[in-house]
Amino acid sequence: MADDKYFDLEIITPDRIFWTGKASMLELNTSEGQVGIYKRHIPMTMILAPGIVTIHLEDGNKEAAVHAGFLEILPEKITVMAEIAEWPEEIDENRAKEAELRAARRIQTHDPKIDLSRAEVALRKSLIRQELAKRR
Amino acid sequence: MASMRDIKRRRNSIASTQQITKAMKLVSTVKLQKTKARAERSKPYFDKMYRTVASMLARSGTISHPYLNPQPSAKKAVILITSNRGLAGGYNSNVIKTVTGSGLKAEDLVLFAVGNKGKEYFQRRNYRIENEYHEAIENPIFSDAKEICDDVLRLYLSGEVGEIYLAYTYFKNTVVHEPQLLKLLPVEVPEEDIESARSNTLMNYEPREEEALEIIIPKYMTSILYGALVEAVASENGARMQAMDSATSNAEEMIGKLTLQYNRARQGSITQELTEIIAGANAV
Repeated sequence: MADDKYFDLEIITPDRIFWTGKASMLELNTSEGQVGIYKRHIPMTMILAPGIVTIHLEDGNKEAAVHAGFLEILPEKITVMAEIAEWPEEIDENRAKEAELRAARRIQTHDPKIDLSRAEVALRKSLIRQELAKRR
Repeated sequence: MASMRDIKRRRNSIASTQQITKAMKLVSTVKLQKTKARAERSKPYFDKMYRTVASMLARSGTISHPYLNPQPSAKKAVILITSNRGLAGGYNSNVIKTVTGSGLKAEDLVLFAVGNKGKEYFQRRNYRIENEYHEAIENPIFSDAKEICDDVLRLYLSGEVGEIYLAYTYFKNTVVHEPQLLKLLPVEVPEEDIESARSNTLMNYEPREEEALEIIIPKYMTSILYGALVEAVASENGARMQAMDSATSNAEEMIGKLTLQYNRARQGSITQELTEIIAGANAV
């Protein structure tokens, strides 16, 4: 069967159903590293790492940025629970650049009042956004 | 009988109150539609979150983790979601009643107040209020929920509180809103949900189950809290719409009654005048 390799994919965020449909492969970053998932994967739950997800569709690929969450893999279906997900066209590149500078400055000040891990997350987010924005 | 002038003045005052309640009703109707759509949009995320956590717990019976096991501290943290403004019927007092009527001891409570009304009530009664987040209720965003959650979890992990509850108003539909007191931590999932999850396929975890649990449980809490915030806002507007609707119709009724009284008084005074004139004419 021609359409045998397609599985159901759902990307959900707290504010909306981000994307739903059939895909042949899903690439993303997890806490354990980069993975690519095909149909009929063993059931698994993984933690998302901030990064770019690539959805392989019948007619080309789709890319989006996700920043935190987890995903549940079943043989016929993958559900991605993302706290934040964005399409490239939703990203404001200037704002991301600004956020990068701000976060970098915060990390460099060594001010004990500043939450370092939070600044690092902000930095990583802004870098991912910029990378995705460049690709569009 | 009250004079015509008094009745008229009273009627005018009620008419202008009615105008206000009518306007407030319209405003909250519009807000309700907006917040209701939002609550519905975020529903799939929470349903999925709940199911995932239930299935994780179904097979993690042996794991010992602070998130799952009872804690020694008798103190209980309550996240209390009320509104910042009143005139919403029983909305706020119903939420407060779920806390005061729950059997939790006042001296054990540590409150995290979202919304001014709940805070005022408990402050007057000298409850311990750990923190306030009043902006969150105007237009809840996910990072609000995260912030509240981080604060509460810090207290939980340090052992200062042993249980975490959430008091909010569940938005069932436009006319039915149910105040609820929900236990967040240690996580308790109803037995039937665990049973149905157990029959599902065997799930693997990467990283290991304990670590995954460590990351997913706070996310689960945050998302429940966010869902509660969104639903509470929808409920608040629904409650206000109903309250203002009945206020408007009460005013309508009152105006009707007063109009009747006014007309009666008017007729009475005319009759009296006539009698006086006739009596005067007869005397001449």
